[in-house]
Amino acid sequence: MQAADAAPNPWFDASYVVENWDTILRYLGEHVRLTVAAVVLGALIALPLALLARRVRWLAAPVLGLSSIVYTIPSLAMFALIFPFTGLTATTVLVGLVVYSLVILVRNFLTGLQGVPGDVREAAQGMGYGRFRLFWQIDLPLALPAFMAGLRIATVSTVALTTVGVLVGHGGLGQLIFGGFNSNFYRAEIVTGAVGCVLLALFADLLLAGAERLLTPWARVRS
Amino acid sequence: MTGFGDAVVYLNDPFNWTRPGGLLDLLVEHLAVSGIAVLAALVLALPLGIALGTSGRGGGAVVVLSNVSRAVPTLALLTLFAVSPIGFGNRATAIALAVFAFPPILTNTYVGFRGVDGDVREAARAMGMTRGQVLRRVELPLALPLVMTGVRTAAVQVVATAGLAALVGGGGLGRVVNLGFGQQDYGLIIAGAIVIAALALLTELVLVALTWAVRPGPRRLPFVTGRRRTVRGEPELTATGVPQ
Repeated sequence: MQAADAAPNPWFDASYVVENWDTILRYLGEHVRLTVAAVVLGALIALPLALLARRVRWLAAPVLGLSSIVYTIPSLAMFALIFPFTGLTATTVLVGLVVYSLVILVRNFLTGLQGVPGDVREAAQGMGYGRFRLFWQIDLPLALPAFMAGLRIATVSTVALTTVGVLVGHGGLGQLIFGGFNSNFYRAEIVTGAVGCVLLALFADLLLAGAERLLTPWARVRS
Repeated sequence: MTGFGDAVVYLNDPFNWTRPGGLLDLLVEHLAVSGIAVLAALVLALPLGIALGTSGRGGGAVVVLSNVSRAVPTLALLTLFAVSPIGFGNRATAIALAVFAFPPILTNTYVGFRGVDGDVREAARAMGMTRGQVLRRVELPLALPLVMTGVRTAAVQVVATAGLAALVGGGGLGRVVNLGFGQQDYGLIIAGAIVIAALALLTELVLVALTWAVRPGPRRLPFVTGRRRTVRGEPELTATGVPQ
């Protein structure tokens, strides 16, 4: 029997949530900020990379190879390796998360771009589309499902990964999980953090799924 | 940063590897826990994936499971198991890791067996093969590359995640990093990170080689692609490869 079992230690406690609402909201806010920033920054870096990798054919293999190598690095090691440069700050977590989301996104972006039929692009070019208009009106709509799939995966896994940020004290809701563990295994706090993470991930996924539906009205007609 | 120099010094000292509780002991512990977790997941996920894939039922459930499992932070599950009656230590870690290894293996096994061409299956049956023979000699070889992808994903994820167990009182190589943070010792942190990252990469490489070895049909060396072949990005349709 553990010492933790001697005192009542419920799995969920509504009064904990009510009394610590401000703390929970603060960590939730940090979690959301880190996730959004990581996915947006990752997308901003991944898009030019994917466009370049499509354009310069021999670049596709190294880009994908490198991305799968980076993908393999455990988050614990990643944060620990960034830590000496940025210290115990949220930046450490953000840099790590950007790297992971970037790696997920570049694959999906490249897949989406390569899936755009060559005939369609050629036809558009023949009609006098410029480079920017070609991307905006041809590539983007046709690759959108793949782009959105990538964004959804990147967002959901970033929400889960953010918790590892507890290593440097900026893990969003992970702080609740870790804090509860260190406060004599306080289960209510741990469960609140864990459930919060899962709900946040599912909510973000639903939000992006809704956005995808709105952005691709033609897909609805087909199904 | 000075930490990297310290890390090299630390890793270069044989005593840090061979002493009791040193890197070698932690490495063995790390690998043992990971191995047991992957094996347990394999034993459970493989038959289920084969059954669902060959019958074509339960596809929706498999997809939902793989998506939901992505949303659950590993740290949360490790912590929850540690404070549950399962308790601390390697057993709890192995169970938590097995839970995370289960979805990728199941999804890929399901997709692999689901993707076997119906005509091929029918031809094999028409040649007089029994149900078991079709499974072993026709479906399994065809589905094996995907099954192996699932195993590789799961194994790499497990080896990577096992490091997190140290944050909640578990063992393995994560202890080095955790100790480093506790002592504000940059060298120790980086040394631990390097060993964990190297182990994950090595796991990936070994399993890529194994996947290549069991691939049916003419073998092409991995990473060596024909000049005119365009390398395509792989869409993430299954629960593959989420870094943990």
